[in-house]
Amino acid sequence: MANTLKVTTPTDREIAMTRVFDAPRHLVVEAYTNPELLKRWLGVHNGWILAVCEIDFRVGGTYRYVWRGPNGEEMGMRGVYREIVPNERIVATERFDESWYEGGAVGTVTFEEEDGRTTLTMRVLYDSKEVRDSVLQTPMEQGVGAGFDQLDKVLASMGA
Amino acid sequence: MQLSGDIPTSSASLDATFAALADPTRRAILARLASGEASVNELAEPFEMSQPAISKHLKVLERAGLISRGRDAQRRPRKLEAQPLAEATAWLENYRKFWEGSFQRLDVLLDELKTSDRKNRTKR
Repeated sequence: MANTLKVTTPTDREIAMTRVFDAPRHLVVEAYTNPELLKRWLGVHNGWILAVCEIDFRVGGTYRYVWRGPNGEEMGMRGVYREIVPNERIVATERFDESWYEGGAVGTVTFEEEDGRTTLTMRVLYDSKEVRDSVLQTPMEQGVGAGFDQLDKVLASMGA
Repeated sequence: MQLSGDIPTSSASLDATFAALADPTRRAILARLASGEASVNELAEPFEMSQPAISKHLKVLERAGLISRGRDAQRRPRKLEAQPLAEATAWLENYRKFWEGSFQRLDVLLDELKTSDRKNRTKR
């Protein structure tokens, strides 16, 4: 059975994503925190690569990601680790260089293992009402959440 | 973490599109218009709402460029404009694809790591 990505909106300031991996937790955590391994998968699609990946993995430490697109376009983000529970939980702020929404966000990633499989859950909490009301929250709640079916129907009937 | 790449540049109009899509009545109106143009009366029918209330929703949709008015001056039917909706959906799709694509690569990487993990263990 395919491991599908689930996207939900637990609160009106949050987006949550859940995905199961056929691997024990310590390997998933390793792939998530080792820069050389991250470069092999995070945002690597459609000709984009993770060109810069610097991680100072400790509370108060920073991380820096820069993606490069097929036409040389770049997109960067950075953040600070707020909480690290080894093999269980990582909490970090996140901010894009040229953010298209106001304010910042805090991401919490948790890793849970059962029968040799690991469930990764990522929750992103946006930090103000402005952010909540901005473009990001709305498409997430309405589009990826419950409203997506409706939008699907609209698009299906439009032949999209 | 959010998506990378392929972010539409017209974020102001995307704002308007997403704000317009944020309401279930407006989404239902769009769904109705997807099957063909309709007058304000026809659009108001399935909702337990006054015509002015519906008109308000239509104004929001119109401002976002999601609908426009048809030719018939008497009925003044509204019709769906495909482009902004397609842009909004493309944005959503990018977000999902970013993570789906990433996680599929992670699956492959994890298989590799599992193999070397096992080898290391038997060596010990």
